[in-house]
This record gives sequence, C-alpha cells and structure tokens, in this order.
Amino acid sequence: MSQGPDADLADAVRDAAGVRVERCYQCGKCTAGCPMARHMDLAPNQIMRLAQTGDPGDREALLRSLAIWCCAGCLTCTQRCPRELDPAAVIDALRELSRREGKVSPRGRRILAFHEAFLASVEHTGRMSEVPLVGLYKLWSGDIFQDLAVAPAMLARGKLPLIPHVIKGRTEIRRIFEACRAKEKA
Amino acid sequence: MSRLGVFVCHCGENIGRTVDCAAVAAAAARFPGVVHSVDYKYMCSDPGQSMIKKAIADLKLTGVVVAACSPRMHERTFRSAAAQAGLNPYLLEMANVREHCSWVHADRAAATAKAVELVRLMVEKTRRDRALRPVRVPVEPTAMVVGGGIAGIQAALDIAAGGKKVVLVESGPSIGGHMARLSETFPTLDCSQCILTPRMVEAASHPNIRLMTYAEVAAVEGFVGNFEVTVRRKARFVDPDKCTGCGDCWNRCPQKRIPSEFDAGLGARRAIYVPFPQAVPNKPVIDAERCTMLKQGKCGLCAKVCPRGAVDFKDRDRLEKVKVGAVVLATGFELWDHASYGEYGGGRLADVIDGFAFERLASASGPTGGAIKRPSDGAEPKTVVFIQCCGSRDEKKGLPYCSKICCMYTAKHAMLYRHKVHDGEATVFYMDIRATGKGYEEFVRRAIDNDGARYVRGRVSRVYRRQDGRLVVKGADTLAGRPVTVLADMVVLADAVRPRRGSERLAQLFGVGYDQHGFYSEAHPKLRPVETAAAGVFLAGACQAPKDIPDAVAQASAAAAKTLGLFSQPQLEREPVIARVNRNLCSHCRSCVHTCPYGAVKDFEVKDRAGSVLKVVAEVNEGLCQGCGTCVAVCRSHCIDLDGFTDEQIHAQIAALEAA
Repeated sequence: MSQGPDADLADAVRDAAGVRVERCYQCGKCTAGCPMARHMDLAPNQIMRLAQTGDPGDREALLRSLAIWCCAGCLTCTQRCPRELDPAAVIDALRELSRREGKVSPRGRRILAFHEAFLASVEHTGRMSEVPLVGLYKLWSGDIFQDLAVAPAMLARGKLPLIPHVIKGRTEIRRIFEACRAKEKA
Repeated sequence: MSRLGVFVCHCGENIGRTVDCAAVAAAAARFPGVVHSVDYKYMCSDPGQSMIKKAIADLKLTGVVVAACSPRMHERTFRSAAAQAGLNPYLLEMANVREHCSWVHADRAAATAKAVELVRLMVEKTRRDRALRPVRVPVEPTAMVVGGGIAGIQAALDIAAGGKKVVLVESGPSIGGHMARLSETFPTLDCSQCILTPRMVEAASHPNIRLMTYAEVAAVEGFVGNFEVTVRRKARFVDPDKCTGCGDCWNRCPQKRIPSEFDAGLGARRAIYVPFPQAVPNKPVIDAERCTMLKQGKCGLCAKVCPRGAVDFKDRDRLEKVKVGAVVLATGFELWDHASYGEYGGGRLADVIDGFAFERLASASGPTGGAIKRPSDGAEPKTVVFIQCCGSRDEKKGLPYCSKICCMYTAKHAMLYRHKVHDGEATVFYMDIRATGKGYEEFVRRAIDNDGARYVRGRVSRVYRRQDGRLVVKGADTLAGRPVTVLADMVVLADAVRPRRGSERLAQLFGVGYDQHGFYSEAHPKLRPVETAAAGVFLAGACQAPKDIPDAVAQASAAAAKTLGLFSQPQLEREPVIARVNRNLCSHCRSCVHTCPYGAVKDFEVKDRAGSVLKVVAEVNEGLCQGCGTCVAVCRSHCIDLDGFTDEQIHAQIAALEAA
C-alpha cells in the first residue's frame, strides 16, 4: 500500500480494491442505476473511464471530484455490472487516496467529516452512538445548526441518549482500528 | 536400411522464437537412420515443399519427418508433397513442435531440448513405418439437411439444383423457420414472407427434394459417404396423403386459446393446427398435449368434420432409416429467455416483449394485422424503448459474445414503429452499433436521420412498472455522462441469440464439436468455415454462430457446394489407419466385437476348401473402422494391430524416450 502520487492509478485501485478497471467497457449500466448520479460531477461510468486512462490530469480530477464522496454505497452498480466489476469498491479506493493526498473536494469534506465522526463513535463506544456522531460531525463540518430544530423532540422521546451506550468488546474494536492504522503507515 | 530426412520448420516466428530450429536440425542429423536434416523458415510454402521433394528424389529417402505444426494443420500438405516426389505418403510423419512445444513454453533452452526429443520419437516411429494405401469407399449421393429454416431450404435447393437428391428434415410441422415469422427484412425492408414463401414452395415441389417435416434425427450410424440416419417421424395424427389442407378441422377445434408459438404467444392456435397460413406442407398436426381426444378420449370433432377421413388418433411415432452420403446441419437459433433478467422485469411484465413478439406485431399476417398494439391492453404505445444487448455481451449472464443481428433488427424495429405510429417516440439504448454489412450503416443512419429514432448510448439498469401502469426505464447517456429516465408504454428487448435447445444432443449424434454456448464448431475458423471435425458433416446458418439472413444463405450455399464436391467423386479415399486381426492368434473372445464404438468388428468363419468351418475369428470392416484403437487395447491375445500406429512403433517411441 505504498503507492506514491506518481504511481499508476489503475494499479493503485487494483491493489486496494481488487478491481481491474481496464476491463470496464463503458456500457453505462452503473450510471443508469445509480441513485446519486444526478448529484455527481462525474458519472460512475466516467469515474471508471478516468481511472483507466493513466493521465495525471484525470487522476487529479478524480481525486478532487465531489462524485467519489456522493456514493451512498448501495452497490446497485456492483450488483448489475455485466463485466462483474465493482465500481463501489473503486470509489472507496479513490476516497482513501483522495484523503491521504489531501485532495478532498471542499463539498466532499462534510461527507468525509460524517464518515470520520461515524468511525470515531465506533472506535470509542464500539457502536454507532447518536450524540457523539452528531456532535463530532457538527464540530468537524462546522455546520452547527443543521437539523437542530428536531433535537428537542428527539430528546423528549429518548432518541438522543446523553450518555452513550457502550459494548463489552470495546478493547477488541480498538485493536482493529490500531491494526488498520499500522497497516496504513507500513 | 532407413534413409530418413528431417525438415525443421520455423513457422515464421511461431516456432523459431522459442525453439532453436537450427540446433534441432543439427541434433536430428545424428539420430539413427537420418541421412539429411535441415531447417527452413516456412516449410509449408512452395520453396519449403520443393526442398522436401528434391531431397526425396536426390537422396532416395525412405522416410521423412517434418517438425512443424500439428498434423491437423499440414499433414495432408506434406504427405501430398511426398507423394508427388514418389514416396508413399504414409512414410511421412509430423513432429508437432508448435502446439506441443513452442506455443506452450517460454524457456528457449528447455523448449529446444523438448523439440529434439519430439523429433527423436517421430524418427523412431518413421523408421518402422510401412507403405499404406488409402481405403476406397463408395459414396451414397444423397444429402440430408437438418433444419428447414432459410439456411436449410437454401442448402437443399442448391444441392437439388446440382442434380443430387436431398432429404430435408424439419422438427416443426412446417418449413420456413424464424424467417417466416419476420415482418420486413433489413436493410432493404422487403417483406420476409414475400421472398421466403416462394422458396418454401420450390423446396416442397422440387423433384430432388424429399421433405420430412415433424421429424427429428434419432440416431446416426456410418461415416462420410455412407451415413445411415434414423429419423423419428413424430405422430401427426393427420394422414398428409389424404389431407387437402381445407381447414375444416382447425376451424372447428374447440381448443381456441392455445398460445401460438409462431406468434410468440401473442396470438392463439387450436389443438389441431398449421402454424401459419402459408405453411409448407399446408397440412395440420394435432398437439397431443392439448387435444382432449388424445388426453381424455373426449371430443373427436376434427375427425367427424374431416371430409377425407384424414384424422387418425391411433397414429404413433415411427422410425425410418435413411441412407445419405453427406449431412448439412442447419438447426438455427432461438432467443435467450429474458426471464432470468430480473432487472428488466424477469418476463413478468406483459409489455416488455422480445424481438420476435415485435416482429409479429409489425407483420401484416400477425395477430394484430400489422398494427402496433401493446400486449397488456391492446392500446397503441406512444413511447417505445428498445434495449439492445439484452443478455449479449453480459458475462454475468454467461453470454460474453455479441449476437450480431440485434443492432440491425432494432434499427428496423424503430423504423417500422415510426412508420406505423407517426406521433410515437422510439428510443434505442445501445452500447455500440455494429452495422458491418453492405448497406447496414446507411440503414442505421436512416433510422436516426430520417425516421427520428432517438439513440442513447448506454445500458439500461432497470425496467419497472409504475403504479399508473407506465414502464419506467432507467438508463444512462454515457456520452452526456448522466442517467436518463424514460417513461414507456412498451419495451422491446433485443434478447441474445443462442443455439436451439437440443442442438448439443444432435452434435453428439453426428460427432460434431460445439462451444461452451452450444454453437457448432467449424473445422477451421478461417479456412474451413462450413466443414466440421466430422467428415461429411457441414454447417449452415445460425447453428454455428449468430447470423443474419444474408450470412446464413451464403453459408448454406457454401455447404451445398461442399456437399456437391463430395458427391462429384464416385468413391472416397479414407485414411488407411485400420485395425488388422491376426487370424492365427485370435481366440474369438469377442471383446473387440463388443467394445468397437463403430460396430466395425464382426465374426468371420475360417473355412477349409470343402467349405466346412474350421474356426471363427474377429474381422474388421475397413469401411466402418475409424482407427480409434479400442479393439487393440482390449484384445487379450494381442492379435490386433493398427496400421500406421503399430504396437511396435509405439513401444519404440517409448523406449527412445526412456533412453534419452
């Protein structure tokens, strides 16, 4: 996993996601079924295409795109790809590269903040906990007031427990995170 | 004393790249019996063959080993060169250093060493070769064509025009095949029936053609020039000699709602029926599965109304043996069933239809009289979406190949729809347009430029039915880079072309190869496109690969030419690789008689001069023996040997390998 910024993107994607993007024949079925494609600056089939070219400009465009952060992970593209590729895994690999190289698109940063808040919640409580998740997301995204109006009602119905639930196996969960970090550094 | 010549071919770069051919030739020069050993760039070329011929004449060679490609490729080439130089052709052998060596190895030193060994083995064999004479067998100058679609009809007509007899076997009640179901044909839009039905009539009335409809091949015996094919003539329950085709029976049959296969289920037929009004022969059959008389013994109305007494409920399948010299397989195709395409409705949406259903809707003789009406409610669809590559080029569905005809017929469908529904919208989702025939590209452009078909480049992800009944087509426009949603009244799927069900079983009967999809294998993809690995069995039409009408007709004529070429010789020469029995050693255990897959071994009575039987032994019929060697392997007294592959030769090869 020691892919420098100059390494071929197709190779990096193959190593990280196990997908050979050069097999894509651009039928567009991924784009056709994608519920998020309308919000993307690059359609899923275009993401696959730009990952094939080996052009440094295309690599930059992909890693700085909003599209890779829009993916909801529903896997419709992967399910229906006639060439049995996994576009969702390709997008995941691109997100990792984008983050590592500090190229996350400005609008994508909020989505990244959500992912990071989710992972932080899992790391510390062993599960998805609403208050840490929302709190960290608001802190990191800077969007303090989003959806704030629903908070009182949710509090009243016990949907926002102020003391987060924790699971027994937190130590093991934390060890998984540490192992991942060690692997990333190596 | 053997005087052998060894000729090592580079095959351009094919062998020379991996094998040091000069070193192989030098090593072979030292093998026992070898008096001449050379290498050359292209041994099969004219100068290469001349080298062999000259060496045979000048050095009085008694045997030749050519180290080159597979004997399947060029054994005949080199053996005929040897014969021209006066050497018995069966004294020339080939060592396969291409398929068995250079093509499958990368290491040059190891490949060269292996090539030397392959040549050594073949030298040992050739030293023990005996001159053989080809076996001559008579030819039955009658052809069988299996399949009565346009390819089968064309092949039959061409063979018949060449003056030879043809038996045309068709599994359905009528000849005509899929072409009879088509509305109009690309790229000229002439009416399919108008160009086909005269040919059907010609085939039926030609004095050299015998039609066997409602019949299937049940068993095959024999070999090229002398096949004996057992045909199962399915029970029609109607005597075709008495029947005049008046139609009284099918007009009165009370079973009125049986979906018509010919109309892709959009129309209905009776239990006693002809598939379509222009059927040849225009004589009905009774569908035993649907007839209440045959199932429950009730009704019998057709028999009562028939003025000629032609209906016979006691009719049974009959087997008939036919002797033929050559066979043309023209079993055609069927459409892949999109029921396994869940994302396009899985066959459960009435208004998602296949190409044949659209053909029947657009056909003047179809269930709607040529009006485009959707199946669910009979309304005229105002928006039709055509989806190409449904199944084709989809590895996930196990069909990685291109079906070839869909680009063209979809353009035709869009065109016909726009001609019939002027205010209708036709949208075509495609991945690539493959319009590579004469006038084909112009035809597709016409559909787009003149007839206003909207072409969108992208595959469709999903088709589903909305609450209001409209079909939602979720596709992509990959050129614009965005998803596209189209609301449609009807969707036409260009389902993949696949071989007809049961084609594998037929291939096995005739000893013809087929690929993983069931398409029949030609003997060589470029140079022998209509022959098969089974001598005397030829291919025509879509049973070999997806084909449109012009391609199928062209191949059918080619198969007919091959058949006529075969029949132009009064006798055939066959390879003399024949098993021989040593009568003195045979103990008449009959193991060989039971195991011979070709029924070529029979009992033979050895008699004295007075005619009394001294003993019974096994004897091989030269005409039937295929040289497989099974009898040699099972013979307990080791009294059977195979000409050209004697035990002595094989043991010498093994011994040479062990010594090396």
